Amino acid sequence: MITAAALATLATACAVGSWRFTRAGWTSRAPRLAIILWQSLGVSWGLATTGAMLAYAVQPYGSGVLHGLIAFARGETPAQAWDPLHVLALIAGLTALAVLIAVLLTAGVQALRARRRHRMLLALISHDDPGVPGVRVLAHPSAAAYCVPGLRSQVVVSEGALKLLSEGELDAVLAHEAAHVRERHDLVLLPFAALRRALPWSKVVADAQAQVELLIEMAADDRARRYCSPRRLATALLRFGTAGAMPAPHGMMGLGAHNVMARVDRLIKPAPELAATVRYGFVALSVTLLTSAPILWVVQL
Amino acid sequence: MDILWAENTALTAREVGKLIADRDLAPTTVMTVLDRLTRKGFLERTRDGRAWRYEPAESRDAYIAELMLEALDLTGDRSAALTRFAQAVSGTEAEILRRALTELEEE
Repeated sequence: MITAAALATLATACAVGSWRFTRAGWTSRAPRLAIILWQSLGVSWGLATTGAMLAYAVQPYGSGVLHGLIAFARGETPAQAWDPLHVLALIAGLTALAVLIAVLLTAGVQALRARRRHRMLLALISHDDPGVPGVRVLAHPSAAAYCVPGLRSQVVVSEGALKLLSEGELDAVLAHEAAHVRERHDLVLLPFAALRRALPWSKVVADAQAQVELLIEMAADDRARRYCSPRRLATALLRFGTAGAMPAPHGMMGLGAHNVMARVDRLIKPAPELAATVRYGFVALSVTLLTSAPILWVVQL
Repeated sequence: MDILWAENTALTAREVGKLIADRDLAPTTVMTVLDRLTRKGFLERTRDGRAWRYEPAESRDAYIAELMLEALDLTGDRSAALTRFAQAVSGTEAEILRRALTELEEE
């Protein structure tokens, strides 16, 4: 019972923490740290929520969540008899766990499929440009620059983007995309996109996904500025933002200008780094979050 | 694929092979490639006597438009399949960015 209560408390703490964290102001000063904290919050919340239900469910075995589940899977008879409440918790817990795993796998498979088709089409219709070696060029007047992540990742720019940007700006954009490729930001985004699909009504999850999307862009900006002029990156960003190439069909771009300005501001006037103590504090918090849920799954309190 | 897009009619594998003049490809190679593209849905084929005639399922521009829609994240599903550089904004928001850009360029 104590284990279930502890896991429930942890799940609540993660939910409340995520909600508070969507308003945190320091994230743009340390995007990587913020991404790690988001990931820890997500993993910990998932494990704690399902764990709380399962811990209560396998209580008749009296031996912790994981051992209880193994015993249940082997068909052992528990020390105490089952009652409806425990059975209900078992069904709910296993369903929640299965849903979380299923949405994650589905999102992964869908992303892989979309990328495979995208890559195949690129092979058929994109061309090389001697001016930008190693980059695929799409013959389209709108401005676009993106990468198709994967084991053989590809950076793609449109002819519109080549025309729009100066040479220095193009280098900055390519450095930014290379950073996405290197740090596998697609894998960071995937679980948040999956969770969004699983809980489409949750404002916290939507905010978290939007935050992480912005944070990986900032992290890529940070890596890119080591190889190029931050000012060029900033002007490239603004040029892209104002290109207004295609009309948006959904009208959901309210945050667009705000996000672009946030990225430009920190490129032009970098805020001071977070104090070391604060940074270590957040690292410690992440580690605690990441370890406590699995420990509570194994240990019976 | 370029050859099939350039010609406006459906071609047989033999005709495609002839048009790829710069490379000496075996007819079976051409057939295999065409067959694979068909199975992946990029080509459509119709029976013509003993041979198949192939033509593109969509125009080149349609495919480019499809890629660009995905690239600019205008498909609306916010999937994590691609990572993009920046998003274009519209109307008054673009005005804010334009002003910032002018300021930066003047400095």
